Amino acid sequence: MTSNISNNIKGGPLTRLLMNDAAGRRLMLILMAVSVLVPLSNLFMPEGSLLHVSTYTMTLLGKYLCYALLAIAVDLIWGYCGILSLGHGAFFALGGYAMGMYLMRQIGDRGVYANPDLPDFMVFLNWTELPWYWLGFDQFWFAMIMVLAVPGLLAFVFGALAFRSRVTGVYLSIITQALTYALLLAFFRNDMGFGGNNGLTDFKDILGFDLQADSTRVALFFASGIALVGGYLISRFIVTSKLGRVLIAIRDSESRARFLGYRVEWYKLFVFVVSSMLAGVAGALYVPQVGIINPGEFAPINSIEIIIWVAVGGRGTLYGAVIGALLVNYAKTYFTGAFAELWLFMLGGLFVLTTLYLPKGVVGLWAQIKEKYLSSGGSAGSSGGSSTGGNPSDSPAPGTEKAEGKA
Amino acid sequence: MSLAKTKHIDQPTVLYMDGVSVSFDGFKALNSLSLFIQPGEMRAIIGPNGAGKTTMMDVITGKTRPDTGTILFNDEHDLTRYDEAQVANMGVGRKFQKPSVIESLTVFENLEMSLKGGRSVWQALAHKLTGEKRDKIDEIISMIDLKDRLHEEAGSLSHGQKQWLEIGMLLGQEPELLLIDEPAAGMTDEETMKTAELFKELSKKHSLMVVEHDMDFIEALDCRVTVLHEGSVLAEGSLENVKNNQKVIEVYLGR
Repeated sequence: MTSNISNNIKGGPLTRLLMNDAAGRRLMLILMAVSVLVPLSNLFMPEGSLLHVSTYTMTLLGKYLCYALLAIAVDLIWGYCGILSLGHGAFFALGGYAMGMYLMRQIGDRGVYANPDLPDFMVFLNWTELPWYWLGFDQFWFAMIMVLAVPGLLAFVFGALAFRSRVTGVYLSIITQALTYALLLAFFRNDMGFGGNNGLTDFKDILGFDLQADSTRVALFFASGIALVGGYLISRFIVTSKLGRVLIAIRDSESRARFLGYRVEWYKLFVFVVSSMLAGVAGALYVPQVGIINPGEFAPINSIEIIIWVAVGGRGTLYGAVIGALLVNYAKTYFTGAFAELWLFMLGGLFVLTTLYLPKGVVGLWAQIKEKYLSSGGSAGSSGGSSTGGNPSDSPAPGTEKAEGKA
Repeated sequence: MSLAKTKHIDQPTVLYMDGVSVSFDGFKALNSLSLFIQPGEMRAIIGPNGAGKTTMMDVITGKTRPDTGTILFNDEHDLTRYDEAQVANMGVGRKFQKPSVIESLTVFENLEMSLKGGRSVWQALAHKLTGEKRDKIDEIISMIDLKDRLHEEAGSLSHGQKQWLEIGMLLGQEPELLLIDEPAAGMTDEETMKTAELFKELSKKHSLMVVEHDMDFIEALDCRVTVLHEGSVLAEGSLENVKNNQKVIEVYLGR
């Protein structure tokens, strides 16, 4: 029986990551294909052709890909470790600001005030020199490090305080919400030096390439696709390792994990920091595509929306988070266009309905139908009413399992 | 070994508790509790509800800090200074009253996670299932009789099987001292007797402290019994002895 497992572990690292993850494998292949085909179609198909994807649509899709990466980040901590962060938008926004600062510095003397060193808003505020925390952001590599380091550091400090004091459950959710709200208020202030209410915008180029050019848009879209697939694989690596099983143990029974000898706070801290960095990368790719970052990104409602994406998609599966983010955001684009004032009610309703009737989200829908109407057939791996149970295809070889059960 | 000098007795002990008190909002859950367990000993603990059995386990395993008192493990570690994970890694395993296995992991994964060592985040990330570990799991699995459920989710096990899996997870930790809270609760008579047999087998290699209500089970364990009452030791001795103790009859058995 155990030899079964050892055989599966052989093969390349990718095989290991994606084994027992048929749905994730398919989704990643689709995403890779999309990351290549959409840019090709945008660049080489004639406009007006059915196969042509407009730059507008591509940019919109690119935005969705960033949201999907953000959803993975949240699923990693919420779905696997039970940390319900209602402030993850903060890490996304910080990554976005780090990228925005680089893009601002790229403008150089092409701003309205033509000041080669200071962004327009600083000239407007009568500042005479660049604040120390803006130094270095004219370098792309430095900005990229900050995209990871700033969210990571904040998550580390915040997590160390919260997890070591054993703040859990709804209390943790509330303080994460307070965190993002505090940052919202801080970034609104002009004297913080991040452009206040207006945020950072009017970007010109990235690495010397014009941000308005189709080719640059294509590259950003492609980068978002790669980042999403990469983020998925990193998360998959974590959740399929023993560390991932410890996270699940913490989610299901924190005290059991402690009495087994695991320092729960370090595990939580690790996954929280990784998650914040993924969120930061998502924000950094989002900003050049939408062309602006402002304090509104810190709004608590944004962070709550992420939770809805993950819940709708199906938490604790990673690929469900991606599907949820894509679905809900597509719906948002459609409905805010069609009946804007109803959207928030629809979103709220969607969340309530999902919680009540789809505890495993849309990706769990099929399993749920099967269990209800075809319940005579193998629901061997199901864990009763547990809403947190992972992807059914995650349990090793259901076929053999049944056979052995009868033996 | 300097800690050993703080003891009031001479013989070696795996667990030594002296004058341990804990109070919650003025209620004395443990009242100057003193108790010691020798290496390789199996000890049964009985006592009415609220006698302090669970609190006693909490202070030993680092969950609750005692207000006063000494708790030594193996005569060298002062357990009052460590947290749950540290105490567990020193070699104290704990089984809860309510079976607490990781429901959404398989039996195999539950056991794999319990195996001694590799507790740090980086070790867990780099963990590989070696042949040695697989052998250890095989050994445990045959002891707890769950061979044919190995790859099923622990949540799908029966109550008794969950209890056994949790005992298996304790064995994976290879602890010197096992603290076991009401293992027979919810078990059939047959399972209860099987469990008693298993514990007697375990006591050859480990020290055990078993809290239990089921008198038949305690009789089957055939070991020294300690009666707790209102946070301290009321009586101690063989089951026969304890049963005939007048004070014990008054507070516990007589009711």
